[in-house]
Amino acid sequence: MGLSGIEIFKKLPKTNCGKCGVPTCLAFAMKLATGKAELDACPDLSEDVKEELGEASAPPVRTVVIGTGERAVKLGGETVLFRHEKRFENPPAFTLLLSDKMDEAEISAKLTKFKDTTYERVGIVLQPAMVAVKGECKDTSGFMALVENVCNNTDAGLVLMNEDVDALSRAVKSCSNRKPLIYAATRKNAETLGNLAKELSCPLAVKGNSLEELAEISEKLIKMGLKDLVLDSGARTAGKSMEDQIIIRRSALMKKFKPFGFPTIVFPCEMTDNPMKEAMIACQMIVKYGSIIILSEMKGHSIFPLLLASMNIFTDPQRPMAVEQKIYEIGATDENSPVLITGNFSLTYFIVSGEVDASHVPSYLLIKDTEGLSVLTAWAAGKFGADTIAPFVKKCGIEEKVKHRKLVIPGYLATISGELEEELPDWQILIGPREASHLPAYLKQWNA
Amino acid sequence: MAVEIPKVAYAGKIKEIPLGREGNTITVGGESCYPFHLFEGAMPHPPKIAMEVYDRAPEDWPDTALEPFADVAGDPAAWARKCIDTYGAEMIALQLASTDPNAENIPADEAAAITKKVSDAVDVPLIVFGTSNVDKDTEVLKAVCEACEGKNLIIGPLSEGNYRAIGATAIGYKHTVMASTPIDINLAKQLNILLGNLNVPDDKIIIDPTTGALGYGLEYCYSVMERIRMAALVQEDERLQFPILANLAKEVWKIKEVKLSETEAPLLGDQKKRGILMEAMTAQCVLLAGADILVMRHPEAINLVKESIQDLMIRGEG
Repeated sequence: MGLSGIEIFKKLPKTNCGKCGVPTCLAFAMKLATGKAELDACPDLSEDVKEELGEASAPPVRTVVIGTGERAVKLGGETVLFRHEKRFENPPAFTLLLSDKMDEAEISAKLTKFKDTTYERVGIVLQPAMVAVKGECKDTSGFMALVENVCNNTDAGLVLMNEDVDALSRAVKSCSNRKPLIYAATRKNAETLGNLAKELSCPLAVKGNSLEELAEISEKLIKMGLKDLVLDSGARTAGKSMEDQIIIRRSALMKKFKPFGFPTIVFPCEMTDNPMKEAMIACQMIVKYGSIIILSEMKGHSIFPLLLASMNIFTDPQRPMAVEQKIYEIGATDENSPVLITGNFSLTYFIVSGEVDASHVPSYLLIKDTEGLSVLTAWAAGKFGADTIAPFVKKCGIEEKVKHRKLVIPGYLATISGELEEELPDWQILIGPREASHLPAYLKQWNA
Repeated sequence: MAVEIPKVAYAGKIKEIPLGREGNTITVGGESCYPFHLFEGAMPHPPKIAMEVYDRAPEDWPDTALEPFADVAGDPAAWARKCIDTYGAEMIALQLASTDPNAENIPADEAAAITKKVSDAVDVPLIVFGTSNVDKDTEVLKAVCEACEGKNLIIGPLSEGNYRAIGATAIGYKHTVMASTPIDINLAKQLNILLGNLNVPDDKIIIDPTTGALGYGLEYCYSVMERIRMAALVQEDERLQFPILANLAKEVWKIKEVKLSETEAPLLGDQKKRGILMEAMTAQCVLLAGADILVMRHPEAINLVKESIQDLMIRGEG
């Protein structure tokens, strides 16, 4: 890292071919220097130059992978402080804490709950990502048995925690093929655990009692040749954590401070005894830069909102989210139920379907693919006009589901109703309200 | 190893706005840093929570939200008193939902009378919301301004379509206005400029940039708030240096996920706790984006957010 845009520019082909999506090589170099472009976008670089520049263009927060296979968890890779500047890359890994202090029944109940917790929203699977196994009993065999139990029960990523370095080393060795995160290298044991992590190529957490100490240990491990680190500043209050997380992220991005160029691990579970409050602190960590968020429980009423918050904050602001084009049946629909149509921008879908639901009038909602654009934008872009709506209405199968031929279009598209009636001669086009919030009142007066 | 804290150079400051009647004002705003970035600036007035009161008994609320107010629903003044006496409300937000032309459509003078009654019953600052119907809000809010002269209410939403009529009346009766725009930083700025041109004093403007619920567009609102705050503090955009209000409760409590029972959706867990956390986390997110006033509903969600604000206001070791 640390190469300036001009230094990078010297290594580029200087053809200004524009294939990378930026008009000139100089502009591309500037983007690389600030971590806003990927080296692979240039098709004409030799492997040597790629390697040389790879370091320089790597994201200032390293991407660290924990676990293997389908459930491998990617963390870090962040390039901005605020999501609107580009996007946040890898959503936090919500991680369930299990301890060898818990009895078998508790462990088994928590693990089952962990595995069952999965939601689907807009085609995206939302679920907690990892399990942290903590040894607190000074009983190596008990800790080992718990690690084995968890390994046998889930493919999820693992965090292994124990202050006893020998017990920790043995446990890590027993499942190193799973690439667990080793928690944690401290001032005292950094060398031992550093060597272990290197030997087994597992990621290693670093814990300091202050930012200064954290930087010192992290630098030492970098010098030992370790690449995949995860940072714990030791903060165990909401306020201090907020401050530390911001300083760590800013140091990595603004100062290219290497010791802080890694994802972080945070412990809301150690900051309060109240599970509701723990969830609130976890929510804070989603917004302000926590990468692994350790929780004492996975209850639907707290993990679901947390996963939603994480999905919201980590959505790419430049790419609208879209839902599938199809007929959505809301409530117990029949052949006389109203038929409404709108675009497939996910927010449009959520708001319209929510209001239809709230109306208690069972309805068919036709969602047409508008490439994730909202109604008016899609119409302006030629993706939601009469010429594209008509074929969709004819082909989607709604004509077999209802006896009537009345189609409610969004109020904002009133101007296309005439055109649409020409394209759909069998249908009567009704102009719905402009705002979704007026749908319940509108639907209650609707009759087939 | 020394760690040098990379600090942001803030050039601007949020205006301090006193709300409520003389002798009983609460000040919001005044920040000279990003939300809770206390290591490099100050937040002299921590964010405040206004508790919602409705002008009629709500029909579409889940029981989990209605339960704390079941005994006062239908009597807005008693409802407001309960918020203050039982739940320690710092402010009240009266939602004049009955004025909606798509609902009961009660006339402006009736709405003004209700507001007057609530206003007389409380001493904390009072926010008064119309229903975002440009024409009806104009009638209603003008009548409210007149009926509650001198109380320094916070009235809104004022939009591009009615800011002149309501703004002029608000100046006359010395109320604070809520400049409301649909999730767009440029529109927010534009409306503040227009209000300035109309001679609405700078200490009488609050920004309402529109708030969505968790899972229902929160991310758009979050980023617009964050950008407004950045423009105000770092780019010295003087017409954005006003406190931000987030009218979030009515967004959260209408979504499907707070209405489903645990029997209908076992994976979503306890319905009451889920609703509380959905509201509290929506609040938590907008707090971290820059909101100064949160309009909230459930007392337990409010307690969680108050605690969160307290925790974030402490720097300390740890």
